[in-house]
Amino acid sequence: MAEDILRIEGLKVEATIHPPGERPRDVVLVHEATLALAPGRVLGLIGESGAGKSTIGLAALGYGRGGVRLTAGRVVLGGTEIRAADAGVLRDLRGRRVTYVAQSAAAAFNPAKRLMEQVIEATLRHGLSTRPEAEARAVGLFRSLGLPDPEHFGRRFPHQVSGGQLQRAMTAMALCPRPDLVVFDEPTTALDVTTQIDVLAAIKRAIRETGVAALYITHDLAVVAQVADDILVLRHGRMVETGPTGTIITAPTEDYTRALVSVRAIAHPEAPPAEPILTVEGVSARYPGAAADVLSDVTVALAPGQTLAVVGESGSGKSTLARVITGLLPPASGAIRFAGRTLPARLAERTREDLREIQMIYQMADVAMNPRQTVRTIIGRPLEFYFGMKGAARDARVQELLDAIELGQGYADRYPAELSGGQKQRVSIARALAARPKVIICDEVTSALDPLVADGILKLLLDLQAREGVGYLFITHDIATVRAIADAIAVMHRGRVVRQGRKGQVLAPPFDDYTDLLLSSVPEMRTGWLEEVIAHRRMESAGH
Amino acid sequence: MRMPLSAAIGLFLTALYFLAAIFADLIAPYGMAEVVGDVWEPISAEHWLGTDSIGRDLLTRMIYGGQTTILIATVATLLSFTTGSILGFTAAVAGGWVDQALSRFVDLMMSIPSLIFALVVLSVMPVSLPVIILVMGLLDATRVFRLSRAVALDITVMDYVEAARLRGEGRGWIIFREILPNALSPLVAEMGLRFIFMVLFISTLSFLGLGVQPPMADWGGIVKENKDGIVWGVPAALVPAVAIATLAISVNLVADWILNRTASLKGGRGG
Repeated sequence: MAEDILRIEGLKVEATIHPPGERPRDVVLVHEATLALAPGRVLGLIGESGAGKSTIGLAALGYGRGGVRLTAGRVVLGGTEIRAADAGVLRDLRGRRVTYVAQSAAAAFNPAKRLMEQVIEATLRHGLSTRPEAEARAVGLFRSLGLPDPEHFGRRFPHQVSGGQLQRAMTAMALCPRPDLVVFDEPTTALDVTTQIDVLAAIKRAIRETGVAALYITHDLAVVAQVADDILVLRHGRMVETGPTGTIITAPTEDYTRALVSVRAIAHPEAPPAEPILTVEGVSARYPGAAADVLSDVTVALAPGQTLAVVGESGSGKSTLARVITGLLPPASGAIRFAGRTLPARLAERTREDLREIQMIYQMADVAMNPRQTVRTIIGRPLEFYFGMKGAARDARVQELLDAIELGQGYADRYPAELSGGQKQRVSIARALAARPKVIICDEVTSALDPLVADGILKLLLDLQAREGVGYLFITHDIATVRAIADAIAVMHRGRVVRQGRKGQVLAPPFDDYTDLLLSSVPEMRTGWLEEVIAHRRMESAGH
Repeated sequence: MRMPLSAAIGLFLTALYFLAAIFADLIAPYGMAEVVGDVWEPISAEHWLGTDSIGRDLLTRMIYGGQTTILIATVATLLSFTTGSILGFTAAVAGGWVDQALSRFVDLMMSIPSLIFALVVLSVMPVSLPVIILVMGLLDATRVFRLSRAVALDITVMDYVEAARLRGEGRGWIIFREILPNALSPLVAEMGLRFIFMVLFISTLSFLGLGVQPPMADWGGIVKENKDGIVWGVPAALVPAVAIATLAISVNLVADWILNRTASLKGGRGG
């Protein structure tokens, strides 16, 4: 069709990689990508990390990130072939006909300039309108994106607005020059679930109102189902399946798509209540020099061999709770009781045995392991440190643990850089298990992982729990994860536990306001969910 | 991985200087303080670089001078690195008053220009090799302290260091097993630079007469002994100057290459 805004035909993208200790070689990031986008349509690009979705998105701007080359095929933007176009042509197109919304708005805005300056910059640069016109349009966009005080919003600096507002400001920046096409690259991934829904609704409304075509890139199928007309599923740089959104999520034909749709279908029956092994009693804590408490009067309990999920948004104090339990941050008041005894508040005062019994797994496996140590050292050190195991006995136990995390032979001598994200997290789990702890604190252990990989990790954790009888204090912001693995739940909001109990009780009505907001904000894998929630909320607020 | 040309040149020259220093007694054509000719004889078959201000063979002086200069610079660098980095890492890991005390003391030391500090100390202390090395090494350790503390602070906030703390590891393990391997590549690069500053420093001291004492030779001293020749068109003072410059450049070429290589090691910062 000649009237397509964007047509990509047989696009091939390559890059040169420099593996350590080897010759640089070329790898193909995207094979034979073909897509077409009509005016006013939204195409969702979905896939795991490394699927090539961002690469294709940037190719629509004729751009390849550092060292990435568009080597074959055609990229036609509004009738202009841009794959091999020169810099002048591209400069004229970018920011005028096609714009880009990045994942991290915080990193994309210049902190030294006011928002308005940055939002209208491209419009002025391209001479599309005068300053007053551009500012008026920006204010209109701020309003339709639901930003507070739209007339004066642009006077603020980036650090003076929240993450969700900044992401919406970036959407305004992209829409301001009236482009034909906007590329959204994971615009809500870095946001809290309750913020995500507002941003998502704002983006969707802005797209509808301006009639712009959009490429919406995300790894979350439930999110893309809310905004996209069509979906293209990618894996390892190849197209897996494409079709209208409804078809993809209700009747996928490929196995891979089916796996994506049915992700988080783990069923974990709730264990019966039991005498707790770890209790946090009335803990309040604040960071040195801070004026306000990060935790106020928090009481939670974890039964042996069960999972207590601590749920909340960023800033709710859930990670601080982990720091208090481990002794990194001594509480101002309250106590941590473990297996019948009160643990010393400070890390330095705890015995080696105290430390051994509570282990921790981190969110970012990359930085949780020393990059200069092999897997053998990483897993072997706790064995040596707590049990004095050496030599062959230690190596045998390391291998046993590697088998337990389903990695098997040949991994002991690798460095963390030679492992994938999921494998790294598995090694972190093995390191924690090596100490034979009674409790493992899992701090957002799956949130940096792709859905299918995260699924594997959750299954492994449940499996190990059944075998080793270890209790998990599972910190997460993701309700779907909680549903999958928790026995008990504590919902945290602004440093307080607003609701807690067994999984069945917490996830069943009647809800308090915050839990309701949290639960209803989790995107569901069906079209039309976003509209229902927004309409429901509007009715509720009208009713008040 | 092929060695780049610049690194090869650097390595060759550095090796040449170090080998000449190590085997000085074997390769020097004459005795160190032996007067073998006229004052400032030109280049000839007997005296490849001519003779110096009192008729000693300049090549011999250069070889022995290199030995002294390189020995002092190497030992002083090692001293400054061990003290500076261990104290810097300790300050970063311990934090609190330990960090405050060490850092403020280092600030105090650094607020006094090191050359003047060294001149004052050396003018009241007996000038001998150990004293010179100690003064240079400790003064320079303040710079290494600052760098290693900064590098270590970046590393101590990493989760793997926290994981080690939570395991109950002692300060020794955290410093030597968690931090040091990850701090090594910036430190090695800095080491090349600091070595060169040491060469310049000892040369300056000798030139000013408070470093290596005659009749021992060192490059700064040779410049001093022959500087008056410049007026008469005798290039003898330039020879040690060129040696100092080429050593400085070649050591840095090698350090750059090492930095590049270690940074792209397995688990390094990517290459």
